[in-house]
Amino acid sequence: MIVFILKRVLSMIPAMFAISILAFVVIQLPPGDYVSTYAAQIAQSGESVDSATLNDLRERYGLGENLVVQYSKWIGGILRGDFGDSFEWRQPVTELIWGRMGMTALISLCTLVLMWAISLPIGIYSAARQYSLVDYLSTAFAFLAMATPNFLLAILLLYITTMWFGVSVGGLFSPQYENAPWSLAKFWDFVTHAWVPVFVLGTAGTASLIRIMRANLLDELHKPYVEAGRAKGLPEARLILSYPTRVALNPFISTVGWVLPALISGELIVSTVLNLPTAGPLLLQALKSQDMYLAGAFILLSGALVLIGTLISDILLAISDPRIRLS
Amino acid sequence: MTGKPILKVRNLSVDFPMRRAVLHAVKDISFDLMPGETLCVVGESGSGKSVTARAILQLVAKPGSITQGEIVLAGGEDDVDIVKLGSSGPAIRQIRGRRIAMIFQEPMTSLSPVHTIGHQIVETILLHEQVSKDEARKRAIALLDRVRIPNPEQALDRYSFEFSGGMRQRAMIAMALSCNPEVLIADEPTTALDVTTQAEILSLIKELQRDRGMAVLFITHDMGVVAQIADRVMVMFRGEKVEEANVFDLFANPQKAYTKALLGSVLKLETPAPRPPRPAAEVPVAAIDNLALHFPLNPGFMGKPVTYLKAIDGISLTINEGETVGVVGESGSGKTTLGRTLLRVYTPTGGTVNYRRGDGTLVDIASLRKSGLQSLYGEVRMIFQDPHSSLNPRMTVYQIISEPLRTNTRMSEAQMRDRVEELLTRVGLPADGADRYPHAFSGGQRQRISIARAIAVRPRLIVADEPTSALDVSLRHQVLDLMRDLQTEFGLSYLFISHDISVIRYFCDRVAVMKSGKIVEIGDVAQICERPVHDYTKTLISAVPRPDPRLRADAPA
Amino acid sequence: MSLDTKPYDADALLDQQVTAGQFQAAGQWTMVWSRFRRHKLALVSLAVVGFIYFIALFAEFLAPYDPGKFDPRYTFVPPQGIGLFVDDGQGGSRFQPHVTGYKIELNPVSFRREFTIDPETIIPIGLFVEGQPYKLWGLFGMNRHLIGPIDQSQPFFLAGGDRLGRDLLSRTIHGTRISMSIGLVGVGLSLVLGMILGGISGYRGGMVDRIIQRVIEFIRSVPTIPLWLGLAAAMPKDWPPLQVYFSILVILSLIGWTEIARVVRGRFLSLRNEDFVISARLDGVSEFRLIMRHMMPSLYSHLIAAITLAIPNMILAETALSFLGLGLQPPIVSWGVLLQDTQNLRAITQAPWLFIPGICVVIAVLALNFLGDGVRDAADPYGK
Repeated sequence: MIVFILKRVLSMIPAMFAISILAFVVIQLPPGDYVSTYAAQIAQSGESVDSATLNDLRERYGLGENLVVQYSKWIGGILRGDFGDSFEWRQPVTELIWGRMGMTALISLCTLVLMWAISLPIGIYSAARQYSLVDYLSTAFAFLAMATPNFLLAILLLYITTMWFGVSVGGLFSPQYENAPWSLAKFWDFVTHAWVPVFVLGTAGTASLIRIMRANLLDELHKPYVEAGRAKGLPEARLILSYPTRVALNPFISTVGWVLPALISGELIVSTVLNLPTAGPLLLQALKSQDMYLAGAFILLSGALVLIGTLISDILLAISDPRIRLS
Repeated sequence: MTGKPILKVRNLSVDFPMRRAVLHAVKDISFDLMPGETLCVVGESGSGKSVTARAILQLVAKPGSITQGEIVLAGGEDDVDIVKLGSSGPAIRQIRGRRIAMIFQEPMTSLSPVHTIGHQIVETILLHEQVSKDEARKRAIALLDRVRIPNPEQALDRYSFEFSGGMRQRAMIAMALSCNPEVLIADEPTTALDVTTQAEILSLIKELQRDRGMAVLFITHDMGVVAQIADRVMVMFRGEKVEEANVFDLFANPQKAYTKALLGSVLKLETPAPRPPRPAAEVPVAAIDNLALHFPLNPGFMGKPVTYLKAIDGISLTINEGETVGVVGESGSGKTTLGRTLLRVYTPTGGTVNYRRGDGTLVDIASLRKSGLQSLYGEVRMIFQDPHSSLNPRMTVYQIISEPLRTNTRMSEAQMRDRVEELLTRVGLPADGADRYPHAFSGGQRQRISIARAIAVRPRLIVADEPTSALDVSLRHQVLDLMRDLQTEFGLSYLFISHDISVIRYFCDRVAVMKSGKIVEIGDVAQICERPVHDYTKTLISAVPRPDPRLRADAPA
Repeated sequence: MSLDTKPYDADALLDQQVTAGQFQAAGQWTMVWSRFRRHKLALVSLAVVGFIYFIALFAEFLAPYDPGKFDPRYTFVPPQGIGLFVDDGQGGSRFQPHVTGYKIELNPVSFRREFTIDPETIIPIGLFVEGQPYKLWGLFGMNRHLIGPIDQSQPFFLAGGDRLGRDLLSRTIHGTRISMSIGLVGVGLSLVLGMILGGISGYRGGMVDRIIQRVIEFIRSVPTIPLWLGLAAAMPKDWPPLQVYFSILVILSLIGWTEIARVVRGRFLSLRNEDFVISARLDGVSEFRLIMRHMMPSLYSHLIAAITLAIPNMILAETALSFLGLGLQPPIVSWGVLLQDTQNLRAITQAPWLFIPGICVVIAVLALNFLGDGVRDAADPYGK
């Protein structure tokens, strides 16, 4: 088992490497560099900067040199824990990013857990009681949820809560808890606010997971070992929960591979709409203004988050399925 | 075996409502099962025998349902009518696994892939008996020992995929017998097993039956198995009971036409078909010399294989003109791989196959280039085992049969049309079937289409890979006779691969016995079947159940 | 007596009993179609999708106005209802299709115009009326629109107006063309990429397959939004709209091809080992013919299913990008661009009809998903 985990962690390294290159490429794409944009902005606002300062900036960020050098400077810094500085905010990236990234991770993970918790029983029930009312309703809900863009759902939610309840539900914390240390009260405040993004994010994914669980379980329900279990005299409910469900659980667990990236993607959009203190709004801003180190760090960390999630799902899978463990 | 039947079935009918009609899977059948006896229910596909077995435990899959009849299980105080118990609820669960147990055909898929064997057996015990978990575990170990699974204590914590097919079936039997049922229903439990394993399992069931005085309802399509183990036999056809008799009476004096025809086609295979005598001087068509095919397994760290799977490990075999050479072996012997390697589906890792072409030149198939292979396929052809997957479902029969003509000849469309119709007629199919798709034909008919495709280009050598294994018994000799006729007409040679000794004995001139990639014995069919030399061949031949109950130890004098 | 009974395949037995002869000469497509027809939902969705593409095709004719036409007098006007009968002043009613006009009041506190529907003002409307001139598909000069006010100077806002007084109905209709076509063309690109790479991967196997597999896995594991945002943000702001349109297409298909590649690869891998494919090889068939004639036909229906399910993903992706301001730019109108107006909470509380393009997105995606599901079930009912 330990060997298995180690092997998986080792295979993550090339993936991480590839993501870092991808992040770097994406950042380098916009024509020009930050300093020119900065200079243009300064010029627009009527001030002026002398070229010596500009050159200093170029030097410091390694902007004049070739790509390989820039990349290695960047990666070298990251491995030392230095993610560089944000041009726009004039702060080290680490100060800006961890809190935000942490929130993104928190919300994504909460949503993932809730999605599994809801879709598992509904999926099982829909498959076991095919064509029942629950089945039809959950299928209808699933399709509708998968067809609605999540930002639209977010806006609709805002609209409804504003029109009918007169409450505005943006943000993640009430003002008094914003910078306070964590406590039970702060946690509860978080929950009352976080349900909005979690609901918005989770809807489409839950729907899709319900469909997947249902389809996989339906496949398994017709397999011979289920019939053999029935022939032993097992009661129906216990039979279904302990045998085919266990087998159908495997593809379900491995859905993390694409659910997590989708969640993080979705979180970025939704948080822009709802104005949450997570990575999204900051990343958008960073991309628009070519704030290279900030944007790069976000993309890198998002990718890392996904890889870790996939690792966890692989481990869960190995625990659950002896065929994988023993092969 | 007189006295009260343990199971009494009267007027049982099972229907399956389908989209536009109702399928009567079982029509009004009645029979008795006496305590301690083995009743074989025999029939071909579609006879309803499996549905009957499932109906007894109320396991008929929805949307099917029992529409009439009673199934009375004799009890200490009361008899209970299983039909009245319905298909769910504690009452029927009391019967399942406890008074009547069932074992299934595919042990791999009938055991849960994610639970240990021990868990599944202990679960059954705890379900029906009031014992502690430890007690149940001890019983499970004893059961595994009784079914002769080595190291039962460790085996308890293993998973089904860690065992071979025969071992899994033993575990399945242990699970079924864990609560000492009075009736065991066995639904084709040995059909998916090798013939040697089958012999072991059959004798195990017999042993356990004697120990416990259990009644066994044994479903099968194999008359040989019936002859070996049955006390009484019930024959079914298209949902109806055709005949029911004592096994000796049935084989000696079948009453109904269907039974006669069924037995007839089985017994026909027992005597070899008449063959023209072999010429004094044999002309070899293909000479296989020290052929080897090694698959690398477990690539090591740098990609260097650590072990090899020796699918073919030094085979030497000669096929002469006009001859039928059989290759017999069990699963994993490499016989199918041999056939495919001969046609270069796989490229051998060693050895040569010297083939004499129609024009007299000699080529080594093992090292032919692509262009050489293309012309080879005009002379060496293959017939596949599974009639359902060997025909492209999206091409018409005409397109399928004309394909080799397209690549190997310069015939015009009209000429090909004529040839295809001629071929269809030759193999016994209507010529207007050419524009239909494979799904419009039955399995036996599809196999004939396969044969037509094989002979379309007048080949010299045909590799037949288990061409009759997927067919009902009654069809087998028809297909074999057709192949025999074609051989005489076109001067063909066959390499006939099969796991079924009786088919080999019927059809082949010589036979090679394969085990683990090697030939252990080779010789005349008569000699191999009657006077085998090698130990493995002896085991193989003796394990085949002959469809003649008089050969049994307990046959009446 | 013939013992040639079919194997116990219930469906096959049924076919034999009930539809004797009917399906025997039926080819693949006939069978797919007849299975498809049984899904009523899929049939309805087919009609809906067809209807939406019809709108996209004839957008200029169907929309009452040009999407850019604005009228500052009518910012955030509510939608007008269509009435069919008017009072003829003599106690009865006559048939006169019309919309009702507006009463405009100036709110003294907020200095905003407030509109109320004024039932007294009748604006007659008609079919095939003369309106703003346009060029159908940029080629044919016409000036007839499907529906509009008889008097061109009257306001006609069936779906309300936006913050510049533009007709939301016209903009939504024109947006249909852009949003739906991006889906279609984008998938076309993904199809080509996916078929080539998936085909090579599945057919060749070995090292090539492993490499392509890793690439696909990698792309799937990268969160798409940051990637898109990055690529989209990298586009110079001064590009002409059509170029932006095509670059967005390319960006979207660069991610979308993986799904199609997976389907193609899966099918090729399983087909490669099918007996009938091996048999064709043993017929001496050339590799090209083997792929095109023997393997591809088993692929088509899966491909169609994959495509119909990929289009809605493209539409959702474009909508999201344009919504964030990183996709299509004005004056090109897509549903995503239209939905940008909903970001302003105050605006939508005042004018909830701005959600209408969102409803169009949901309907289009729903219909395409049902259609795709129906095709996938019909193509291979065993879900392989």
